[in-house]
Amino acid sequence: MRSRRKFEGRQPVSEQREQIGASRRTFLVGGLSAGAGLAGATMLGGSGTAVASQSTELAAAAAPPPDTRKITLTVNGQARTTDVDTRASLLDVLRERIGLTGTKKGCNQGACGACTILVDGDRTLACLTLAARYEQREITTIEGLAEGNRLHPVQQAFIERDGFQCGFCTSGQIVSAVGLLNERPDVPDAEIPELMSGNLCRCAAYPNITAAIRDARGEG
Amino acid sequence: MEFYRPTSWREALEIRAAQPDALPITGGTDVMVELNFDRARPAALLDLTGVPEITGWSEREGQIQIGASMSYTAIIAELADRLPCLALAARTVGSPQIRNRGTAAGNLGAGSPAGDSHPPLLATGAKVHLESVRGSRELSIDQFYLGVKRTALEPDELIRSIEVPAARGPQQFAKIGTRNAMVIAVCSFAIALDAGSRTVGTGLGSAAPTPRQATDAQDFLAEALPWADRDPLAEELANRFGELVAAAAVPIDDVRGSARYRRHALAVLARRTLGWAWEEYRCA
Ligand SMILES: Cc1cc2nc3c(=O)[nH]c(=O)nc-3n(C[C@H](O)[C@H](O)[C@H](O)COP(=O)(O)OP(=O)(O)OC[C@H]3O[C@@H](n4cnc5c(N)ncnc54)[C@H](O)[C@@H]3O)c2cc1C
Repeated sequence: MRSRRKFEGRQPVSEQREQIGASRRTFLVGGLSAGAGLAGATMLGGSGTAVASQSTELAAAAAPPPDTRKITLTVNGQARTTDVDTRASLLDVLRERIGLTGTKKGCNQGACGACTILVDGDRTLACLTLAARYEQREITTIEGLAEGNRLHPVQQAFIERDGFQCGFCTSGQIVSAVGLLNERPDVPDAEIPELMSGNLCRCAAYPNITAAIRDARGEG
Repeated sequence: MEFYRPTSWREALEIRAAQPDALPITGGTDVMVELNFDRARPAALLDLTGVPEITGWSEREGQIQIGASMSYTAIIAELADRLPCLALAARTVGSPQIRNRGTAAGNLGAGSPAGDSHPPLLATGAKVHLESVRGSRELSIDQFYLGVKRTALEPDELIRSIEVPAARGPQQFAKIGTRNAMVIAVCSFAIALDAGSRTVGTGLGSAAPTPRQATDAQDFLAEALPWADRDPLAEELANRFGELVAAAAVPIDDVRGSARYRRHALAVLARRTLGWAWEEYRCA
């Protein structure tokens, strides 16, 4: 996994901040602006920075201990124990703590589907989920689909059908399609678009995405 | 920030009483957006998904109790026959991912006039069961909404369940939006015919500061429908019903639509859903 190795060379922003004793608020805001995709970064803008410095001052005066807790998540069949801010989303924890960056942060508000993961097989948005709630649940991310070098049939079908252009939404699309085929192994063609409506593709590769899902149907 | 994850309902109520500023979180599909964008900084979160007493649903004497943490997906899969109107509305909420986590109780807690659960709950005369360490109370749904995002929930209370009578006749729900998925309703409408008592329930969404019923329209229709003869729906009757529904609305102009459009669209939705429901009644 290339992304993982690259990640390990660099310390996550959140950890650096915690080590220097910054508050949980700083952690949150820092986590947001550092990890945010387009939508998050734009929406926070200048005010995000103002909030950050203000809360740093507050924290310096009161200096409360950061509210972190040690949690163990089962991700792609592997137990991962990590200290997390109690208000951290599962998306931030996956990307910044565990180093699985295949799950993407698009809108950070549940509308784009780029962060779709499976929790006990159910399609779930990692951005709208607190990590601390998902101990003892089985979490599957895009990194967990292939078996060794053998791609999951949905991954293979996306390649064969060219189910993407820029690729940013692709991991969410693929995980969502896997979830859909778990729910409805024989989903009729006409229902695929509606049942994939939680995953947006700004390149509009929709016809190829639906073709890939049709191909993968019945192969799972 | 404290994070509480009680494993019993009693414990949840005790935490709620001890720390009223702990924000309840069930599906998280509203709460997490607030947190992610730093619009809310609750002192604590009270996660209700570990509480076994509020999962799933039960039925007693024709009344369905929907536990506060039952997802829209589960409502669609398990209650579409008994609660067709609520299931229809649930199908239009967000996307499959949102429906897997979002709950009707959370929709009530958020109190947005555009929430899709409200019109079916109003049309079917649902009740909300609220509990605190002080005791429990039951509110009829129309008493629950107080204003835009303001509800009758007291600071120490939690929604335990929503009670909805099993359908006693055809029900319909329709919603106007710019696409078939992931839209906040421009306006929405629900109708429930009670073939036994020959009464009509309605619910309007995104039509006023709170979701509401169109009581004049209900009374008119209950009186005017040819319940016994099951005649085809007269056009004048449907039109009058549409007018009365539109008259019950106090909509605003906003980014999603103008007040004038909303009033017009509500009359159309009212006529159409009545047409579908009445055909079903006639053919039953
Ligand atoms: C992308 C997206 C699309 C959406 N589309 C729609 C849509 O089409 N239609 C629609 O109606 N909504 C939509 N929503 C809003 C949201 O999904 C719904 O309001 C949902 O019903 C909220 O339920 P929840 O369990 O996730 O609530 P939460 O986020 O957990 O809670 C919502 C509010 O209710 C309170 N609360 C939760 N449970 C309880 C309880 N048991 N007792 C007391 N208070 C409680 C919380 O404190 C909070 O204030 C959408 C949201 C997103 C992010």
